Amino acid sequence: MANDYIVEMEDITVKFPGVLALDQVRFNAKPGEVHVLLGENGAGKSTIMKVLAGVNTSYEGRIVYKGEEIAARSVEEQRERGVSIIFQEMNLLKNLTVAENIFLGRQPLARTGIIDWKKMNLDARSLLDAIQSDISEKAMVSSLSVGQMQMVEIAKALSFKSNIIIMDEPTSALTEKEVQALFNIIKQLKKDNVAIVYISHRLEEIMKIGDRLTVLRDGKYIATVNVADITMDQMVSLMVGREMTDYYPKVNVPPGDTLLEIKNVKQGRLLKDLSFYARGGEITGFYGLMGAGRTELMRVVFGADPYDSGEIYIKGKKENIKNCEQAKRLGLALLTEDRKNQGLILEFDLSSNISLSNLDTAMTAFGLNAAKEYEKNQRLADSMNVKTPSLKQKAKNLSGGNQQKVVICKWLNADADIVIFDEPTRGIDVGAKAEIYKIMNGLKEQGKAVIMVSSELAECMGVSDRIYVMHEGEMTGIIEGQDMKHMTEELIVGFATGIQKSKGGE
Amino acid sequence: MKNIKKINLSNMTSVIALLVLCVAISIAEPAFRTVGNMINILQQVTVIAVIALGINVVIFTGGIDISVGSVVGFTGIIMGKIIVEKGLFPVLGVAAALSIGILCGTFNGIMIAKFKLQPMIATLAMMSMARGAALTLADGQTITGYSDGFRWIGVGVIGSTQIPVQILFMILFYILAYYLMRYRKFGRYIYSIGGNEEATRLSGINVDKYKMLAYTISGFCSAVASVILVAKLNSAQSTAGENYEMDAIASCVIGGTSLLGGFGSVWGTFVGAVIMIVIRNGLNLLNVSSNLQKLVIGVVILLAVLADSIRHRPGKVK
Repeated sequence: MANDYIVEMEDITVKFPGVLALDQVRFNAKPGEVHVLLGENGAGKSTIMKVLAGVNTSYEGRIVYKGEEIAARSVEEQRERGVSIIFQEMNLLKNLTVAENIFLGRQPLARTGIIDWKKMNLDARSLLDAIQSDISEKAMVSSLSVGQMQMVEIAKALSFKSNIIIMDEPTSALTEKEVQALFNIIKQLKKDNVAIVYISHRLEEIMKIGDRLTVLRDGKYIATVNVADITMDQMVSLMVGREMTDYYPKVNVPPGDTLLEIKNVKQGRLLKDLSFYARGGEITGFYGLMGAGRTELMRVVFGADPYDSGEIYIKGKKENIKNCEQAKRLGLALLTEDRKNQGLILEFDLSSNISLSNLDTAMTAFGLNAAKEYEKNQRLADSMNVKTPSLKQKAKNLSGGNQQKVVICKWLNADADIVIFDEPTRGIDVGAKAEIYKIMNGLKEQGKAVIMVSSELAECMGVSDRIYVMHEGEMTGIIEGQDMKHMTEELIVGFATGIQKSKGGE
Repeated sequence: MKNIKKINLSNMTSVIALLVLCVAISIAEPAFRTVGNMINILQQVTVIAVIALGINVVIFTGGIDISVGSVVGFTGIIMGKIIVEKGLFPVLGVAAALSIGILCGTFNGIMIAKFKLQPMIATLAMMSMARGAALTLADGQTITGYSDGFRWIGVGVIGSTQIPVQILFMILFYILAYYLMRYRKFGRYIYSIGGNEEATRLSGINVDKYKMLAYTISGFCSAVASVILVAKLNSAQSTAGENYEMDAIASCVIGGTSLLGGFGSVWGTFVGAVIMIVIRNGLNLLNVSSNLQKLVIGVVILLAVLADSIRHRPGKVK
């Protein structure tokens, strides 16, 4: 009955409103191993680890920790037990020192009741020394690089004497050198019998440091294997391995002129020399994993963020797009991924939201005409099949799918020729999804250039006429023409994870 | 369309509050009911109401402008210098005052829209700068002695009707503002910025431009109020307009404007300003000391803000 697992999770089920995020998933970890969690975006990797770390406390299932059945009720409780999680977006307070962050809320006190700074700094130093970090314990966190912050997080995790440290995509923002440093620390932690749960998309890294591998797909458990027994290609097929469903209706329209062309756009460290074009009468798909830079690229095209260098041609004419107002005037539209915070004014009614992009059609000689405005918006909403008792309804009261349709109405109102959809179906139920595809196809038939950023592979393959694949700010694959007929999911995921590259360009 | 409904609703509550207040004071002190007193109240409202109009536009965007009182003082001194000391045409003085008001407001707007300063901090700086300029220019003097022509703006009446000119000015400005906020794109964009600035920007609207304009309007309204004030009092003082920002903000809030931005109406603010003055007037008639009046006004502001926060409690987006 000798149990060598430090933690065993069985039949873990998590339900979010309308979605089964985890469906009876199991996971376990041994001391001194790096256990990798692999899966596409939305597969449930972070969700199950949030259960273990006590972040997400509404779950069903069994967790056995150190041979004892427990209920993960809060982050504090789990941390006391020895489970620490390091989030992608780090949780450090920027205006405090490294030592203060490590001992936040449990600073050592002197007998007088004031903080014992000397002891706190010394303790922080020894923790940092333990991971061979040369960061000063007295440095302000705001002065650190992302990699250094990660080190601080690890030191903090060590200070809790953690038995399990969960790292959620720890290398996504690190430089090559910092990644090396992190791997050294991980190796050392393994020697100290700490179990590391490592969530990552980067297959090469997984090959390098992973011991075992658990694959999740669409919230379901797929397999657990030894990393040594598997190739990268096999990992990819475990990750995707689903049937291509056939609810992506494709309409065939002869492609029109190139409406948008981007040449060599660069921005900071994220966008590295990107070029692409989009034609009228086509849906141009952009696939990639989270953090690949697709959203950032689209924001640059729409003038929401500045770019360092590169050229943007709209309808054959070179344009220097400085802001969204100009982009709109040039016929661009961007439907943001974050509908609630960036697409809609939730407290305003639907009609005002639809009008926002274009009030000209509601103008008369005396100014805005409410009746005219309402009537036109009603027609738009009807054509998009927005389900609401009235356009006087507040935007916040609609479902995700209907909200997305309202955002589409807003941009149809502006009569854009180049419509960029960023994750148009995220968080939307299946029925509404099909309607969104229909709308995109309708725009395509009208000769508009549709660009769709999607993290759902099946959707991207099913809906797009051409596909660009991005990986860490680079264009790693372009699939078009005849290639569209015999592309495989493995090929595209290969591009997206950076293990394969097409020649690029045309 | 929803904001129309909202406006009606908040208008109704403040109008009802005003009516209740008037009835109550009338019963306690019949002198309140006279036509003379009514006109008196409206005359007292004008300055604050015009300032509040400008601040209101800023608050609709989710910002704040606390420099208005100082701008009143500063532009007043400018007029005194030009009209009285230099003896130039009053028109020149008024034009200079309005220009300075616009400049101060635009400066605030640039700091806030382009340099992303906190509205409270940027206008706090302007509050101090404008007051400092006024004090320096005036050098402790009160500048009095304006021509009748200029004073007509503040104390004149229309022929035999006895309707004060300043009230007509105020009404004119309110009608203009109402038209601008309700029937022009400008107004819609201002409300939208307050509702969700990022979504408005991503809808292809030049948010910076409209935010800047809001502060420009606020500065302009302060200068207009200053013209009325100087003409009314026949004097320009460097300390004129002190604490007016508080009265103006209170008018907006009592009138149902949400300090979070996105909601409120021009007429609501007018009613808010009238409520403030009616309370003061009523308490004066009832011989309540000015110290105690402050306390009462504070309670009223608190109640108005509470009502606003209850109205907007569920799910206000950041």
